[in-house]
Amino acid sequence: MSILLLAALVGAGAFGAGLLGALTGLGGGIVVVPMLTLLFHVDLRYAVGASLVSVIATSSGAAAAYVREGYTNVRVGVLLEVATTIGALIGAALAGVVSTGALSILFGAVLLFTAYRSFQAPDDHATDAPPHPLAVRLRLDSTYPTREGPRAYTVQAVPAGFAMMFAAGILSALLGIGSGVVKVVAMDRTMKLPFKVSTTTSNFMIGVTAAASAGVYLHRGYIVPEIAFPVMVGVLAGALLGARILAIAQTRWLRLIFTGVVVVLAGEMLYKGITGGL
Amino acid sequence: MTAGGQEGQGRWSDHAVEQLVGRLLQVGVLVAAAVVVAGGIALLAHHGAATADFAVFRSEPSALSSVTGIVRGALALDSRAVVQLGLVLLIATPVARVALTLVAFVVQRDRLYVGVTALVLVLLLYGLVFGHA
Repeated sequence: MSILLLAALVGAGAFGAGLLGALTGLGGGIVVVPMLTLLFHVDLRYAVGASLVSVIATSSGAAAAYVREGYTNVRVGVLLEVATTIGALIGAALAGVVSTGALSILFGAVLLFTAYRSFQAPDDHATDAPPHPLAVRLRLDSTYPTREGPRAYTVQAVPAGFAMMFAAGILSALLGIGSGVVKVVAMDRTMKLPFKVSTTTSNFMIGVTAAASAGVYLHRGYIVPEIAFPVMVGVLAGALLGARILAIAQTRWLRLIFTGVVVVLAGEMLYKGITGGL
Repeated sequence: MTAGGQEGQGRWSDHAVEQLVGRLLQVGVLVAAAVVVAGGIALLAHHGAATADFAVFRSEPSALSSVTGIVRGALALDSRAVVQLGLVLLIATPVARVALTLVAFVVQRDRLYVGVTALVLVLLLYGLVFGHA
């Protein structure tokens, strides 16, 4: 296959991933690596490098809008970024020694978890329970905009959330994903932040987490222009279009389709990991 | 900085910083994408007919895997180096966001978060500059 044809096909696939990722809220990064490795037989390291770059592009683009709306909790984000960046640097170190078979199995497991989460009903938890002592000392409690004006919320389980973010950082670097699903679970379910604050703050942190390991991978030669260019441009263009048509799209069906794709890819990644075909 | 602006006034209030951070992220992504697209089109024009072979990992020549090498190549208008330069700008965008947040906390005299943000910035620069984890 010529470089031109590969770039065109990868760009089209990345566009679809970015579009569906934005429309379903699951992010496109999760399907980029399986697409590149399973469909186009690109080495896992090149795939992870290109995917991380696209993750930075989409998360920064989306964060630009969210942070201005005032949902993002910058203090929570910055604090948890300590955990995600340390995790990402450790993940990048591990990526050099973990076998591709093991990475493939881990990827399959994360894909299955993502599919499971996409059907889990939103958790209607209280957001005004007494805060964790550390949340008070670190001044994490804040407000978020509602139709009736700013509404106060408190932050729970700071150490547990911090530990989960450490794991999210490792996964992000090893698999070239944003780990948004893990980040949202940590903030929404464990730290009991309002859902919209969790998703926007997660998105705010994803770019920083991915940048930590992307810097290392650039030096290691994981990021090659022929692959990273169509992936970044495709995913970004798809995500931008997705954000535009979100209001009119039939997201329930799209979510079903996307989750189906994720499950199939999970099966493939697990199979390749176990048989050593990747 | 989401506490509604009671910690800073005017130019460096929480709200003003949020607007500034949003603008920085937007401009960073747009500039990086423009450079990547320009370099990518040139890359396809020059090397598009060559056979793609990415099934086996080979460590890139250092010219395309170090920031100095990439800048030098981009200045010589090597299309692959231009794409890499755009990707470096993209990776630098969240780093610049952290630096801007740090400045905001310094102006707000929030010593605790100056420390936290400085730690994140050091970790990021460590990966980006030294390139080993």
